[in-house]
Amino acid sequence: MKPARFDYIAPKTLAAAVDALAASNGEGKLLAGGQSLLPLLNFRMARPSVLVDLNGIKELSFIERRGDSVVIGALTRHCQIELSPLIASELPVMSAAMRHVAHLAIRNRGTIGGSLSHADPAAELPMMAMFYGARLTVQGPAGRRTIAAKDFFVDALTNCLEPEDIVAEIEFPVLRHDGWAFEEVARRFGDFALASIAVSIKRGRSGLDEARVAVMGVADTPLRLENVEKQLCEIEIDGGTPDRFSEWVTSSVTPNSDLHASAEYRKHLLGELAKRAMQAALATKG
Amino acid sequence: MTMNVSVAINGIRHDVSGVEPRLLLSDFLRDTLGLTGTHVGCEHGVCGACTVLMDGHSVRSCLTLAVQVNGSEITTVEGLGTPEALNALQTQFREHHGLQCGFCTPGMLMTGEDLLRNHPLATDEEIREGLSGNLCRCTGYQNIVAAIRSAAAIRREKAR
Repeated sequence: MKPARFDYIAPKTLAAAVDALAASNGEGKLLAGGQSLLPLLNFRMARPSVLVDLNGIKELSFIERRGDSVVIGALTRHCQIELSPLIASELPVMSAAMRHVAHLAIRNRGTIGGSLSHADPAAELPMMAMFYGARLTVQGPAGRRTIAAKDFFVDALTNCLEPEDIVAEIEFPVLRHDGWAFEEVARRFGDFALASIAVSIKRGRSGLDEARVAVMGVADTPLRLENVEKQLCEIEIDGGTPDRFSEWVTSSVTPNSDLHASAEYRKHLLGELAKRAMQAALATKG
Repeated sequence: MTMNVSVAINGIRHDVSGVEPRLLLSDFLRDTLGLTGTHVGCEHGVCGACTVLMDGHSVRSCLTLAVQVNGSEITTVEGLGTPEALNALQTQFREHHGLQCGFCTPGMLMTGEDLLRNHPLATDEEIREGLSGNLCRCTGYQNIVAAIRSAAAIRREKAR
Protein backbone atom coordinates (compact mmCIF):
# COMPACT_ATOMS: atom_id res chain seq x y z
CA MET A 1 0.00 0.00 0.00
CA LYS A 2 2.97 2.32 -0.51
CA PRO A 3 4.07 3.61 -3.92
CA ALA A 4 7.15 2.14 -5.57
CA ARG A 5 10.12 4.51 -6.02
CA PHE A 6 9.88 7.31 -8.54
CA ASP A 7 11.63 10.58 -9.30
CA TYR A 8 9.73 13.83 -9.03
CA ILE A 9 9.88 17.05 -11.01
CA ALA A 10 7.69 20.13 -10.58
CA PRO A 11 8.01 22.38 -13.66
CA LYS A 12 6.73 25.96 -13.60
CA THR A 13 5.52 26.13 -17.21
CA LEU A 14 3.47 23.89 -19.47
CA ALA A 15 6.30 23.81 -22.05
CA ALA A 16 8.73 22.56 -19.40
CA ALA A 17 6.21 19.90 -18.35
CA VAL A 18 5.89 18.66 -21.95
CA ASP A 19 9.71 18.50 -22.18
CA ALA A 20 9.94 16.56 -18.90
CA LEU A 21 7.25 14.13 -20.01
CA ALA A 22 8.91 13.63 -23.41
CA ALA A 23 12.28 13.05 -21.70
CA SER A 24 10.79 10.21 -19.65
CA ASN A 25 10.43 8.02 -22.77
CA GLY A 26 6.91 6.94 -21.91
CA GLU A 27 7.84 6.02 -18.32
CA GLY A 28 6.58 9.26 -16.82
CA LYS A 29 3.17 10.16 -15.43
CA LEU A 30 1.52 13.53 -14.92
CA LEU A 31 0.42 14.42 -11.41
CA ALA A 32 -2.47 16.88 -11.30
CA GLY A 33 -4.90 16.53 -8.36
CA GLY A 34 -3.67 12.99 -7.79
CA GLN A 35 -7.06 11.73 -6.62
CA SER A 36 -7.08 8.86 -9.12
CA LEU A 37 -3.34 8.51 -9.66
CA LEU A 38 -2.32 8.21 -5.99
CA PRO A 39 -4.57 5.17 -5.35
CA LEU A 40 -3.01 3.53 -8.44
CA LEU A 41 0.48 4.35 -7.10
CA ASN A 42 -0.40 3.13 -3.59
CA PHE A 43 -1.64 -0.19 -5.01
CA ARG A 44 1.41 -0.24 -7.34
CA MET A 45 -0.93 -0.71 -10.29
CA ALA A 46 1.00 2.22 -11.79
CA ARG A 47 4.80 2.32 -11.47
CA PRO A 48 6.05 5.40 -13.33
CA SER A 49 9.77 6.20 -13.24
CA VAL A 50 9.08 9.91 -12.84
CA LEU A 51 6.11 12.03 -11.75
CA VAL A 52 5.75 15.40 -13.47
CA ASP A 53 3.81 17.51 -10.97
CA LEU A 54 1.65 20.11 -12.73
CA ASN A 55 0.47 21.84 -9.55
CA GLY A 56 3.02 24.66 -9.79
CA ILE A 57 1.88 25.75 -13.27
CA LYS A 58 -0.26 28.78 -12.53
CA GLU A 59 -1.20 29.39 -16.19
CA LEU A 60 -3.33 26.20 -16.12
CA SER A 61 -5.75 27.36 -13.43
CA PHE A 62 -8.57 29.67 -14.61
CA ILE A 63 -12.25 29.90 -15.53
CA GLU A 64 -13.05 32.57 -18.12
CA ARG A 65 -15.63 33.62 -20.67
CA ARG A 66 -14.39 33.57 -24.28
CA GLY A 67 -17.02 34.53 -26.87
CA ASP A 68 -19.93 32.08 -26.65
CA SER A 69 -17.93 29.64 -24.55
CA VAL A 70 -16.56 29.21 -21.07
CA VAL A 71 -12.94 28.06 -21.05
CA ILE A 72 -11.54 26.21 -18.05
CA GLY A 73 -7.82 25.66 -17.41
CA ALA A 74 -6.86 22.00 -16.98
CA LEU A 75 -5.57 22.48 -13.42
CA THR A 76 -8.78 24.13 -12.18
CA ARG A 77 -10.00 22.18 -9.17
CA HIS A 78 -13.47 20.67 -8.86
CA CYS A 79 -14.31 22.91 -5.89
CA GLN A 80 -13.50 26.02 -7.96
CA ILE A 81 -15.89 24.89 -10.69
CA GLU A 82 -18.52 23.94 -8.09
CA LEU A 83 -18.43 27.40 -6.49
CA SER A 84 -17.94 29.50 -9.66
CA PRO A 85 -20.75 32.05 -10.32
CA LEU A 86 -19.75 32.08 -14.02
CA ILE A 87 -20.24 28.30 -14.28
CA ALA A 88 -23.54 28.55 -12.36
CA SER A 89 -24.96 31.11 -14.80
CA GLU A 90 -23.46 29.90 -18.10
CA LEU A 91 -23.11 26.12 -17.61
CA PRO A 92 -25.90 25.35 -15.11
CA VAL A 93 -26.01 21.61 -15.82
CA MET A 94 -22.30 21.31 -15.06
CA SER A 95 -22.75 23.40 -11.95
CA ALA A 96 -25.47 21.00 -10.76
CA ALA A 97 -23.33 17.96 -11.57
CA MET A 98 -20.37 19.16 -9.51
CA ARG A 99 -21.79 18.28 -6.10
CA HIS A 100 -21.94 14.67 -7.29
CA VAL A 101 -18.20 14.67 -8.07
CA ALA A 102 -16.65 12.53 -5.32
CA HIS A 103 -16.42 14.08 -1.85
CA LEU A 104 -15.40 17.39 -0.30
CA ALA A 105 -11.70 16.59 0.27
CA ILE A 106 -11.39 15.07 -3.21
CA ARG A 107 -13.07 18.07 -4.87
CA ASN A 108 -10.57 20.30 -3.06
CA ARG A 109 -7.70 18.58 -4.93
CA GLY A 110 -9.07 16.93 -8.08
CA THR A 111 -8.75 18.82 -11.38
CA ILE A 112 -10.83 18.92 -14.55
CA GLY A 113 -7.85 18.07 -16.77
CA GLY A 114 -7.07 15.10 -14.57
CA SER A 115 -10.63 13.82 -14.51
CA LEU A 116 -11.02 14.11 -18.29
CA SER A 117 -7.65 12.46 -18.93
CA HIS A 118 -8.49 9.62 -16.50
CA ALA A 119 -11.66 9.06 -18.61
CA ASP A 120 -13.66 7.11 -16.06
CA PRO A 121 -16.92 6.08 -17.77
CA ALA A 122 -18.91 6.87 -14.60
CA ALA A 123 -17.37 10.27 -13.79
CA GLU A 124 -19.33 13.50 -14.15
CA LEU A 125 -16.79 15.73 -15.92
CA PRO A 126 -16.20 13.44 -18.93
CA MET A 127 -19.99 13.24 -19.20
CA MET A 128 -20.23 17.04 -19.10
CA ALA A 129 -17.55 17.31 -21.81
CA MET A 130 -19.71 15.07 -24.03
CA PHE A 131 -22.92 16.86 -23.06
CA TYR A 132 -21.64 20.34 -23.93
CA GLY A 133 -19.62 19.18 -26.96
CA ALA A 134 -16.44 20.45 -25.31
CA ARG A 135 -13.16 20.96 -27.16
CA LEU A 136 -9.90 20.04 -25.41
CA THR A 137 -6.75 21.98 -26.24
CA VAL A 138 -3.74 19.73 -25.85
CA GLN A 139 -0.07 20.65 -25.80
CA GLY A 140 2.54 18.24 -27.09
CA PRO A 141 6.13 18.47 -28.38
CA ALA A 142 4.82 19.72 -31.79
CA GLY A 143 2.67 22.46 -30.26
CA ARG A 144 -1.04 22.84 -29.54
CA ARG A 145 -4.01 21.14 -31.12
CA THR A 146 -7.71 20.83 -30.37
CA ILE A 147 -9.63 17.58 -29.87
CA ALA A 148 -13.44 17.22 -29.71
CA ALA A 149 -14.72 15.42 -26.61
CA LYS A 150 -16.34 12.73 -28.76
CA ASP A 151 -12.91 11.85 -30.19
CA PHE A 152 -11.10 12.19 -26.86
CA PHE A 153 -12.83 9.35 -24.97
CA VAL A 154 -11.83 6.11 -26.66
CA ASP A 155 -12.78 3.45 -24.12
CA ALA A 156 -13.09 2.97 -20.36
CA LEU A 157 -10.12 4.76 -18.72
CA THR A 158 -8.64 5.36 -22.18
CA ASN A 159 -8.23 8.66 -24.00
CA CYS A 160 -6.71 9.43 -27.39
CA LEU A 161 -3.65 11.35 -26.10
CA GLU A 162 -0.07 10.55 -27.08
CA PRO A 163 2.24 9.75 -24.12
CA GLU A 164 3.81 13.24 -24.11
CA ASP A 165 0.56 15.23 -24.54
CA ILE A 166 -0.87 17.40 -21.76
CA VAL A 167 -4.42 18.80 -21.65
CA ALA A 168 -4.06 22.59 -21.31
CA GLU A 169 -7.63 23.91 -21.34
CA ILE A 170 -11.17 22.88 -22.14
CA GLU A 171 -13.71 24.99 -23.99
CA PHE A 172 -17.40 24.48 -23.18
CA PRO A 173 -19.85 26.11 -25.64
CA VAL A 174 -22.71 27.77 -23.73
CA LEU A 175 -26.19 26.37 -24.47
CA ARG A 176 -28.85 29.07 -24.79
CA HIS A 177 -31.59 26.82 -23.38
CA ASP A 178 -34.52 27.39 -21.04
CA GLY A 179 -34.94 24.06 -19.28
CA TRP A 180 -32.48 21.53 -17.89
CA ALA A 181 -31.89 18.78 -15.32
CA PHE A 182 -29.13 16.53 -14.00
CA GLU A 183 -29.98 13.24 -12.30
CA GLU A 184 -27.68 10.61 -10.82
CA VAL A 185 -27.79 7.58 -8.55
CA ALA A 186 -24.68 6.20 -6.85
CA ARG A 187 -24.38 3.60 -4.07
CA ARG A 188 -23.10 6.27 -1.72
CA PHE A 189 -23.55 9.99 -2.41
CA GLY A 190 -20.43 11.16 -4.25
CA ASP A 191 -19.33 7.70 -5.38
CA PHE A 192 -19.10 6.86 -9.08
CA ALA A 193 -22.51 6.80 -10.75
CA LEU A 194 -24.50 3.63 -11.37
CA ALA A 195 -26.44 5.68 -13.89
CA SER A 196 -26.81 9.36 -14.67
CA ILE A 197 -28.47 11.58 -17.25
CA ALA A 198 -28.23 15.26 -18.21
CA VAL A 199 -30.93 17.00 -20.23
CA SER A 200 -31.22 20.50 -21.62
CA ILE A 201 -34.02 21.87 -23.83
CA LYS A 202 -34.99 25.00 -25.70
CA ARG A 203 -38.73 25.47 -26.10
CA GLY A 204 -40.21 26.51 -29.44
CA ARG A 205 -43.78 27.46 -30.42
CA SER A 206 -45.28 23.98 -30.33
CA GLY A 207 -42.46 21.62 -29.36
CA LEU A 208 -38.75 21.86 -28.69
CA ASP A 209 -36.36 23.83 -30.92
CA GLU A 210 -33.29 22.16 -29.44
CA ALA A 211 -32.50 19.32 -27.07
CA ARG A 212 -29.32 17.96 -25.58
CA VAL A 213 -29.04 14.57 -23.84
CA ALA A 214 -26.05 12.74 -22.36
CA VAL A 215 -25.83 9.65 -20.15
CA MET A 216 -23.14 7.77 -18.25
CA GLY A 217 -22.58 4.62 -16.24
CA VAL A 218 -24.20 2.61 -19.01
CA ALA A 219 -21.32 2.24 -21.53
CA ASP A 220 -17.52 2.24 -21.72
CA THR A 221 -17.55 6.01 -22.26
CA PRO A 222 -20.11 8.71 -21.50
CA LEU A 223 -22.57 8.99 -24.39
CA ARG A 224 -24.39 11.84 -26.06
CA LEU A 225 -27.72 10.54 -27.44
CA GLU A 226 -28.10 12.56 -30.64
CA ASN A 227 -30.87 10.33 -32.01
CA VAL A 228 -32.96 10.95 -28.93
CA GLU A 229 -32.27 14.69 -29.24
CA LYS A 230 -33.66 14.59 -32.80
CA GLN A 231 -36.71 12.58 -31.75
CA LEU A 232 -37.47 15.09 -28.99
CA CYS A 233 -37.51 17.97 -31.46
CA GLU A 234 -40.00 16.18 -33.73
CA ILE A 235 -42.82 15.61 -31.25
CA GLU A 236 -45.45 17.70 -29.53
CA ILE A 237 -44.78 18.12 -25.83
CA ASP A 238 -47.48 16.80 -23.51
CA GLY A 239 -47.90 14.88 -20.26
CA GLY A 240 -46.66 11.68 -21.90
CA THR A 241 -43.34 13.15 -23.05
CA PRO A 242 -41.26 12.05 -20.00
CA ASP A 243 -42.40 8.42 -20.47
CA ARG A 244 -41.68 8.41 -24.20
CA PHE A 245 -38.32 10.02 -23.57
CA SER A 246 -37.50 7.39 -20.94
CA GLU A 247 -38.25 4.60 -23.46
CA TRP A 248 -36.07 6.21 -26.15
CA VAL A 249 -33.19 6.63 -23.72
CA THR A 250 -33.27 3.06 -22.39
CA SER A 251 -33.56 1.57 -25.88
CA SER A 252 -30.43 3.55 -26.90
CA VAL A 253 -28.09 1.94 -24.36
CA THR A 254 -26.76 -1.56 -23.67
CA PRO A 255 -25.07 -1.42 -20.25
CA ASN A 256 -22.87 -4.19 -18.86
CA SER A 257 -23.32 -6.03 -15.58
CA ASP A 258 -20.58 -5.64 -13.01
CA LEU A 259 -19.89 -5.93 -9.29
CA HIS A 260 -22.00 -2.86 -8.51
CA ALA A 261 -25.15 -3.45 -10.55
CA SER A 262 -26.67 -5.74 -13.16
CA ALA A 263 -27.25 -4.51 -16.71
CA GLU A 264 -31.03 -4.75 -16.17
CA TYR A 265 -30.86 -2.65 -13.01
CA ARG A 266 -28.72 0.03 -14.64
CA LYS A 267 -31.14 0.23 -17.55
CA HIS A 268 -34.16 0.44 -15.25
CA LEU A 269 -32.43 3.10 -13.16
CA LEU A 270 -31.53 5.15 -16.23
CA GLY A 271 -35.14 4.99 -17.42
CA GLU A 272 -36.43 6.33 -14.11
CA LEU A 273 -33.78 9.05 -14.02
CA ALA A 274 -34.63 10.00 -17.63
CA LYS A 275 -38.29 10.40 -16.70
CA ARG A 276 -37.45 12.56 -13.69
CA ALA A 277 -34.95 14.62 -15.67
CA MET A 278 -37.44 15.38 -18.44
CA GLN A 279 -40.15 16.27 -15.94
CA ALA A 280 -37.73 18.66 -14.21
CA ALA A 281 -36.47 20.16 -17.50
CA LEU A 282 -40.02 20.81 -18.71
CA ALA A 283 -40.91 22.29 -15.33
CA THR A 284 -38.00 24.76 -15.38
CA LYS A 285 -39.36 28.26 -15.64
CA GLY A 286 -38.03 29.55 -18.96
CA MET B 1 16.10 10.75 -5.22
CA THR B 2 15.39 12.67 -2.04
CA MET B 3 14.17 16.21 -1.46
CA ASN B 4 13.80 18.87 1.19
CA VAL B 5 10.36 19.67 2.56
CA SER B 6 9.67 22.91 4.40
CA VAL B 7 6.15 23.02 5.78
CA ALA B 8 4.23 24.73 8.59
CA ILE B 9 2.28 22.15 10.58
CA ASN B 10 -0.12 23.44 13.23
CA GLY B 11 1.77 26.73 13.11
CA ILE B 12 5.23 25.20 13.64
CA ARG B 13 7.71 25.19 10.79
CA HIS B 14 9.42 21.90 9.97
CA ASP B 15 12.42 21.67 7.62
CA VAL B 16 12.97 18.04 6.74
CA SER B 17 15.66 16.78 4.38
CA GLY B 18 16.01 13.41 2.72
CA VAL B 19 12.32 12.99 1.88
CA GLU B 20 11.65 10.41 -0.83
CA PRO B 21 9.11 11.67 -3.41
CA ARG B 22 7.03 8.53 -2.85
CA LEU B 23 6.47 9.28 0.85
CA LEU B 24 2.77 9.95 1.48
CA LEU B 25 1.82 12.97 3.56
CA SER B 26 0.03 10.61 5.99
CA ASP B 27 3.27 8.68 6.62
CA PHE B 28 5.30 11.89 6.75
CA LEU B 29 3.03 13.19 9.51
CA ARG B 30 2.89 9.95 11.49
CA ASP B 31 6.29 8.35 10.98
CA THR B 32 8.64 11.24 10.22
CA LEU B 33 7.13 13.84 12.57
CA GLY B 34 5.44 11.56 15.13
CA LEU B 35 2.04 13.26 14.71
CA THR B 36 -0.03 10.09 15.09
CA GLY B 37 -3.36 11.88 15.51
CA THR B 38 -3.90 11.55 11.77
CA HIS B 39 -5.18 8.01 11.22
CA VAL B 40 -4.59 5.79 8.20
CA GLY B 41 -7.50 3.57 7.21
CA CYS B 42 -7.87 2.49 3.60
CA GLU B 43 -4.86 4.29 2.10
CA HIS B 44 -6.64 4.79 -1.21
CA GLY B 45 -8.91 7.74 -0.61
CA VAL B 46 -12.16 6.02 0.35
CA CYS B 47 -12.44 6.16 4.15
CA GLY B 48 -11.43 9.77 4.96
CA ALA B 49 -9.71 8.89 8.27
CA CYS B 50 -6.47 10.59 7.15
CA THR B 51 -8.10 13.93 6.24
CA VAL B 52 -6.05 17.04 7.16
CA LEU B 53 -6.32 20.70 6.19
CA MET B 54 -3.92 21.97 3.52
CA ASP B 55 -3.96 25.78 3.36
CA GLY B 56 -7.34 25.70 5.11
CA HIS B 57 -9.06 23.10 2.93
CA SER B 58 -9.56 19.40 3.66
CA VAL B 59 -7.45 16.93 1.70
CA ARG B 60 -6.73 13.21 1.95
CA SER B 61 -3.20 12.91 3.32
CA CYS B 62 -2.94 9.39 1.83
CA LEU B 63 -3.54 10.88 -1.64
CA THR B 64 -0.99 13.67 -1.22
CA LEU B 65 2.78 13.34 -1.44
CA ALA B 66 4.86 14.89 1.33
CA VAL B 67 6.94 16.73 -1.29
CA GLN B 68 3.74 18.38 -2.59
CA VAL B 69 3.11 20.26 0.66
CA ASN B 70 6.44 22.06 0.51
CA GLY B 71 5.62 25.70 1.30
CA SER B 72 2.08 24.95 2.51
CA GLU B 73 0.35 25.19 5.86
CA ILE B 74 -1.03 21.93 7.22
CA THR B 75 -3.42 21.55 10.12
CA THR B 76 -3.85 18.14 11.76
CA VAL B 77 -6.14 17.11 14.60
CA GLU B 78 -3.30 18.00 17.02
CA GLY B 79 -3.72 21.60 15.86
CA LEU B 80 -7.39 21.87 16.86
CA GLY B 81 -7.27 21.66 20.65
CA THR B 82 -5.75 19.80 23.57
CA PRO B 83 -7.40 17.30 25.96
CA GLU B 84 -7.56 20.12 28.52
CA ALA B 85 -8.83 22.72 26.06
CA LEU B 86 -10.90 21.16 23.27
CA ASN B 87 -11.85 23.45 20.40
CA ALA B 88 -15.48 24.32 19.65
CA LEU B 89 -16.09 21.39 17.28
CA GLN B 90 -14.32 18.86 19.52
CA THR B 91 -16.44 20.07 22.45
CA GLN B 92 -19.61 19.39 20.45
CA PHE B 93 -18.36 15.90 19.51
CA ARG B 94 -18.00 15.23 23.26
CA GLU B 95 -21.37 16.80 24.13
CA HIS B 96 -23.24 14.82 21.47
CA HIS B 97 -21.29 11.56 21.84
CA GLY B 98 -20.08 11.92 18.26
CA LEU B 99 -17.58 9.08 18.52
CA GLN B 100 -17.30 5.56 19.81
CA CYS B 101 -14.04 3.78 18.90
CA GLY B 102 -12.53 7.07 17.73
CA PHE B 103 -10.68 5.74 14.69
CA CYS B 104 -12.54 7.92 12.17
CA THR B 105 -12.73 10.90 14.52
CA PRO B 106 -9.64 12.85 13.37
CA GLY B 107 -10.90 12.72 9.79
CA MET B 108 -14.44 13.62 10.86
CA LEU B 109 -13.13 16.59 12.82
CA MET B 110 -10.95 17.89 10.00
CA THR B 111 -13.78 17.52 7.46
CA GLY B 112 -16.10 19.20 9.96
CA GLU B 113 -13.62 22.08 10.34
CA ASP B 114 -13.54 22.56 6.55
CA LEU B 115 -17.34 22.55 6.46
CA LEU B 116 -17.61 25.07 9.31
CA ARG B 117 -14.94 27.38 7.87
CA ASN B 118 -15.78 27.30 4.17
CA HIS B 119 -19.41 26.21 3.75
CA PRO B 120 -22.64 27.65 5.13
CA LEU B 121 -24.11 24.39 6.55
CA ALA B 122 -27.72 25.49 6.49
CA THR B 123 -29.28 22.03 6.46
CA ASP B 124 -28.62 18.50 7.72
CA GLU B 125 -28.54 17.39 4.07
CA GLU B 126 -25.56 19.68 3.46
CA ILE B 127 -23.78 18.33 6.54
CA ARG B 128 -24.43 14.74 5.44
CA GLU B 129 -23.27 15.49 1.88
CA GLY B 130 -20.17 17.16 3.29
CA LEU B 131 -19.41 14.10 5.43
CA SER B 132 -20.14 11.61 2.65
CA GLY B 133 -16.43 10.98 2.10
CA ASN B 134 -15.79 9.93 5.71
CA LEU B 135 -16.69 6.45 6.92
CA CYS B 136 -17.65 5.65 10.52
CA ARG B 137 -18.44 2.05 11.40
CA CYS B 138 -19.69 2.69 14.96
CA THR B 139 -22.04 5.61 15.34
CA GLY B 140 -24.49 5.48 12.46
CA TYR B 141 -23.47 9.12 11.86
CA GLN B 142 -26.45 10.59 13.76
CA ASN B 143 -24.38 11.99 16.60
CA ILE B 144 -21.61 13.21 14.32
CA VAL B 145 -24.16 15.17 12.28
CA ALA B 146 -25.70 16.47 15.53
CA ALA B 147 -22.28 17.63 16.77
CA ILE B 148 -21.50 19.53 13.56
CA ARG B 149 -25.03 20.98 13.42
CA SER B 150 -24.60 22.23 16.97
CA ALA B 151 -21.10 23.66 16.29
CA ALA B 152 -22.46 25.48 13.22
CA ALA B 153 -25.35 26.92 15.26
CA ILE B 154 -22.99 28.13 17.99
CA ARG B 155 -20.73 29.70 15.38
CA ARG B 156 -23.69 31.50 13.76
CA GLU B 157 -24.86 32.71 17.17
CA LYS B 158 -21.39 34.10 17.95
CA ALA B 159 -21.19 35.82 14.57
CA ARG B 160 -24.36 37.77 15.32
